[in-house]
Amino acid sequence: MRATPQSPKSQTSVESNGTSQVIIDCKIDNLYYGKFLAVRDSHIPIEKGDITAFIGPSGCGKSTALRCLNRMNDLVRGFRFEGHVHIRSQDIYASNVDPVVVRRYIGMVFQQPNPFAMSIFHNVAFGLRLNRYQGNMTERVEQALHGAALWDEVKDKLKQSGLSLSGGQQQRLCIARAIATEPEVLLMDEPCSALDPIATRRIEELMQELKQKYTIAVVTHNLQQAMRVADKTAFMYVDTSRGGRTGYLVEYGDTKELFENPAQEYTRQYIRGEFS
Amino acid sequence: MRQVAMPPGVQEVEQPQLRRSLSDRRTLISTLLSIVTGAMTVIACVPLFSVLLMLLWRGGVKLSWQLLTELPPTAFEDGGGFGNAIVGTLVMVGIAALLSVPFGILAAVFLAEFDPESKTAAVVRFCAKTLTGLPSILAGVFAYATVVLLTGTYSAPAGGIALALLMLPTVMLTAEEAMKMVPTRMKEAAIGMGCTRSQMVWRVVLPTALPGMLTGVMLAVARACGETAPLLFTALFSNYWIVQDGTPALMAPTASLAVLIYNFSGMPFENQIELAWAAALILVLLVLAINILGQLLSRRRI
Repeated sequence: MRATPQSPKSQTSVESNGTSQVIIDCKIDNLYYGKFLAVRDSHIPIEKGDITAFIGPSGCGKSTALRCLNRMNDLVRGFRFEGHVHIRSQDIYASNVDPVVVRRYIGMVFQQPNPFAMSIFHNVAFGLRLNRYQGNMTERVEQALHGAALWDEVKDKLKQSGLSLSGGQQQRLCIARAIATEPEVLLMDEPCSALDPIATRRIEELMQELKQKYTIAVVTHNLQQAMRVADKTAFMYVDTSRGGRTGYLVEYGDTKELFENPAQEYTRQYIRGEFS
Repeated sequence: MRQVAMPPGVQEVEQPQLRRSLSDRRTLISTLLSIVTGAMTVIACVPLFSVLLMLLWRGGVKLSWQLLTELPPTAFEDGGGFGNAIVGTLVMVGIAALLSVPFGILAAVFLAEFDPESKTAAVVRFCAKTLTGLPSILAGVFAYATVVLLTGTYSAPAGGIALALLMLPTVMLTAEEAMKMVPTRMKEAAIGMGCTRSQMVWRVVLPTALPGMLTGVMLAVARACGETAPLLFTALFSNYWIVQDGTPALMAPTASLAVLIYNFSGMPFENQIELAWAAALILVLLVLAINILGQLLSRRRI
């Protein structure tokens, strides 16, 4: 039915190939905001222990797709979803699933660093408190701050406001907050776009470390960043052929393969910088 | 400075005039406007400071410890104080705050977080805005018609309810504004951590908005302290303490600073008039103290 040349039919096979395990199987058939079709026909599997990058021009729905994975889109008025998001073969869009609980299993880091207006300690302990964690709170907070490579910088000022830190530190604080509850999956929505190059590099290094323990899905504007950090890459593009601006998946595959030998013409052009 | 070599045929440009000169029209107007704004600011401060000076001058002379501890004097009596009026004002404002703060803040939570775009919210917001302009005497008449007639007596609770009516819209609207000032990305973070909507409000929005909300509460309290008209119909006045022989006499006419000033300033006795001045000074100091407290609280941030 899709007669357009950029038909997603020809994308590389996305089914799990036996060696790796798909932890989130995200299949967006149609995603609406009100009457506006924002994303269509995008099937993106997130494999365990990998970093999966979502790239594409502005407005291609990559953030929207990411926000489907923990039902953050539910907050948007008029949001409607057709398709499924399976986490360990459980559909999080099933009617009996509580989105609040889903979000406790999936950590999220946002574009703008967004620590709460409370102390560094309480920021990290926030999720633990929310889950009524009974164990040693101090230890877990320290662990999370170590995990986010922030401990050495803040160990003497845990009582200070999280907002007193620099932008890059705030973002690492947000990562510490997200991993304190040890979620299986970490979603990062352009985590470096508000940071300077040095802070960006630190976050990228951190992502490589976090990968040992967590599965990461990251949206990025920055192609080099995707190349540097991601194992798998999903390239999305905007389809304006039917009047609206609908995002869809053009190509998904191993990052190296996708960047060096893209199967789709659009991917090749985008990577070469022929449009953005 | 290095001179850039001019291409042949281009003339050296004349040195531009960079020094400030009052003869320039733009400079002149700018200077004049600066002077005018400065003068206006000074003039605007004149009434404020003259009121304060007048109070200090007329009320300050009589200021003493007995003012705060003794009961008001009778007609030809000397001395006396208005301790009962201070207590009465505090009690009634306290009742008003206890009523209006929880209601106002919970309503603001609904307006700001739960359903800001609903019809209900729009109607409530409109009513609150109208209520901020409500003549205070009407609040008194309302409390008279409901509480005083119902209970059959003037009382501190009646006065408190009248004041609460005046405080409610201020508390509500400022609390709503304060909650709206909490950055969306902080709310998103809370939702992303797996908060329900009410957890988000309790754990993130309210603590973050607290300083702003306190400012609103303090403004409302300060206004309520000085209100006279609503108390005339509801608390009336009393020459006695609100606690007599160890039992609180809540359901009886209650003294307040504002009504004391109103009553005594019209009397033909020197002593009473002096007391009214002193009471006015104390009232202003009370309001000032509350405002400073509000400022301090709103500055405290984690």
